[in-house]
Amino acid sequence: MIRFVLLRLLHVVPILVAISIVAFFIIQLPPGDFLSTHVAALEGRGESLDPAYIQALRERYGLGDPFWIQYWKWITNILLHGDFGQSFEFRRPVAGLIGERLPLTLTLGIATLVFTWAVALPAGIYSARKQHSWIDYAISGIGFVALAVPAFLTALVLAYLGFEFFGQSVGGLFSPEYANAPWSLGKLADLLQHLWIPVVVLGLAGTAGIIRITRANLLDELHKPYVVTARAKGLPEGRLTRKYPVRIALNPFISTAGWHLPSLFDGEIIVAQVLALGTIGPLLLQALKSQDMYLAGGIILIVAVLTVVGTLLSDILLAVADPRVRFGKA
Amino acid sequence: MLEIRDLRVSFDGDDGEVRAVDGVDLTLERGRTLCVVGESGSGKSATARAILQLLGPAGRVAGGRILHRPLPDSDVTDLAALDPMGPAIRAVRGREIGLVFQEPSASLSPVHTIGNQIAEVLAVHEGIKPRDSRERVIQELRRVGIPRAEERVDAYTFQLSGGMRQRAAIAMALICRPSLLIADEPTTALDVTTQAQILDLLAELKESLGMTLMFITHDLGVVAEIADDVVVMRKGKVVEAGTVEQVFHEPEHDYTRALLATLPQRDTAARAADEAPPEPLLRIKDLRMTFETSSGSIFSRKRERVEAVGGVSFDVPEGSTVGLVGESGCGKTTLGRCVVRAYRPTAGEILYRRSDGAVVDLATLPGRDLLPYRREIRMVFQDPYGSLNPRMTVGQVVGEPLVVSGVEDVEDRVAAMIEKVGLPRAALNRYPHAFSGGERQRIGIARALISEPRLVIADEAVSALDVSIRGQILDLMAELQRDLGLTYLFVSHDLSVVEKVCDRVVVMYFGKVVEEGTVAEVFGDPKHGYTRALLSAVPVPDPDLRDTRERLAYSG
Repeated sequence: MIRFVLLRLLHVVPILVAISIVAFFIIQLPPGDFLSTHVAALEGRGESLDPAYIQALRERYGLGDPFWIQYWKWITNILLHGDFGQSFEFRRPVAGLIGERLPLTLTLGIATLVFTWAVALPAGIYSARKQHSWIDYAISGIGFVALAVPAFLTALVLAYLGFEFFGQSVGGLFSPEYANAPWSLGKLADLLQHLWIPVVVLGLAGTAGIIRITRANLLDELHKPYVVTARAKGLPEGRLTRKYPVRIALNPFISTAGWHLPSLFDGEIIVAQVLALGTIGPLLLQALKSQDMYLAGGIILIVAVLTVVGTLLSDILLAVADPRVRFGKA
Repeated sequence: MLEIRDLRVSFDGDDGEVRAVDGVDLTLERGRTLCVVGESGSGKSATARAILQLLGPAGRVAGGRILHRPLPDSDVTDLAALDPMGPAIRAVRGREIGLVFQEPSASLSPVHTIGNQIAEVLAVHEGIKPRDSRERVIQELRRVGIPRAEERVDAYTFQLSGGMRQRAAIAMALICRPSLLIADEPTTALDVTTQAQILDLLAELKESLGMTLMFITHDLGVVAEIADDVVVMRKGKVVEAGTVEQVFHEPEHDYTRALLATLPQRDTAARAADEAPPEPLLRIKDLRMTFETSSGSIFSRKRERVEAVGGVSFDVPEGSTVGLVGESGCGKTTLGRCVVRAYRPTAGEILYRRSDGAVVDLATLPGRDLLPYRREIRMVFQDPYGSLNPRMTVGQVVGEPLVVSGVEDVEDRVAAMIEKVGLPRAALNRYPHAFSGGERQRIGIARALISEPRLVIADEAVSALDVSIRGQILDLMAELQRDLGLTYLFVSHDLSVVEKVCDRVVVMYFGKVVEEGTVAEVFGDPKHGYTRALLSAVPVPDPDLRDTRERLAYSG
């Protein structure tokens, strides 16, 4: 097992290096740079800047350097000093910008994850156990609708309903009076009141997907001979379902569990934008639009690293959960 | 002990209700072994499962009574009247009546240790926590003949051999000491030598534990070995019932007679000894195939080289049928796959004589140069379900080798071939799931023959089929051999089939050839100890010969 984990870790290193290069390459792709965009915007408003000043900025940010030198400066600062560089637009360190949005982002991400699994697993298992019952059809029907409707549309509808019938302020995770207030019990209650809309919106499609997969996997497993064997032992239905088929039907989820890690971090960008959530997703969108390359690059890099780490965690979890993987027989 | 009266079982299918068991009456006497015989679809398994109400969601007991008296002086319960999900039937399952299934690898959970799965029975029926029952589980494993039981109790099913798995399943069925054991084709998925061991084990356990045994099988040889009473089923009805001697010697029903007639008779009357043996079409010389596997515990992973085929040499004369026999794991399938170059052999030569007389070594040819030979050497697979793509019509399946090689008038040739293997032309546009196992195997044969091969490798091609279907397929293969001058390499673990269809036999054991010769030589006068052990394990379909033969064991 330890050997397995070490080997996997070794595999991860070159992938991380490649990913960081690709992330940096992507943010360099658009023509021009932040400075040119900024200057053009100023000139559009009839202002002009001293070319010497522009040159000074250019050198300070290393914008004229070749790709590899820029990349090297960027990555070594991140690795050695935890310094993701300065955001041009906010004129603040990138790490700080991300850090202040992180708690809310994680809260929302984890709440969504818990909601998704708490609803999806029981619904999927029930749906499979009672295949062809009206409850199965109802769960499946709702699931298909939830999968088909785009999340931002659900967001708009729910925000409207929340405003119309519950008198909630639309958008954001806080009411206006708490938005800039320091943390207090009132603010926490306010957050919980607002949290359900984004959680439902963000979780809905995922929930529906997991219900479908759980149902399909379990339907395959429920008729396997080992289930009949367990029944022939005299086990009660509920207990045998939980112990045998569900355990095996969960494997695909364990192997993809790590993918939730990056989505905890950046969430659903469009939904977050629609609902004006103060999470990291909208920050990335804004950074990309204004070619704020250190900010965008920082976020993309973190998401990419989390994806790799998540996959690694999944692999390890699966090896723990399934002896066939552990002993290389799958 | 158990009386089944007018039992009817239905399954809901796509085309409405299917009556799988239609008014079955049978009586199971305490302390005896009852064999229920029939082909697939005869309702024998459904009958067995109905006893414990294990018919699954689509099936249900539609009528009749199953009267069960667990002990000579206890009350009679009608199992058919119990709720299939209720506590009353659950108390019978595993406690009064144990059940052993056909496929031990599928009927045990792959992600739980066998100890865990056996201890669970005790937890359910006797309320003993798994950690307190460990000793008892180990003892039970020893009881069913699992060596090193104290280690194996923590093994997963995939770490055990098929025979060991079936022993574990038997331990699981017996740990609560049920008075009745129902075994549903428990040896069908096993090798002939393992089958013999399991049959001996069941007989011994039945004797020492004073059990009653109900044994479901399609193999009359097995019936002759173990049965006291026999019930023959066909299409959901009992066609004949009686003691084993009655059924074998004075069968009353035509179907029973037909079944007995399909039994390969052990006539070793040698086929006319061939004149000068024809030129070998295929010469295998010192062929070796090594696989790398990793095994060991979590912490100490070992890399092992397993030599599946270790220096095998033999000839396949043109126009003949050569049988390759041995237990699973002996390397016979690997060898077959090396010849079609699904594997690249590690060493050795596969000398193939082309129709122009030139000889090529297939073992080392690179992929592109192999293409013409891929048309001349074809394979028929064991599993007629798994080896046909369910998304392709029969026409596409059979025609694919032609399309790949860019031949014209594919459709006509496919249609001609499909008729040659005895299927209607209309079959071409249908999908494999619309066919029975035997028909699918015909499709597989058509696919193998469409490119006009000279050598066909049949890898357990009839092992998955019922006896009567098996006979038809073997006849078809023989007919095609005469018409097309085919050469067969017939890979099988079923010695009776090999004896019937082959000219020469090669016996393999752990990757080596231990004996080779004509069928008459090998079957009539086996020289090697392993061959003798293998032959002694074959059930003889005559109850009078039971216990007259010595079961030989061989360990080399």
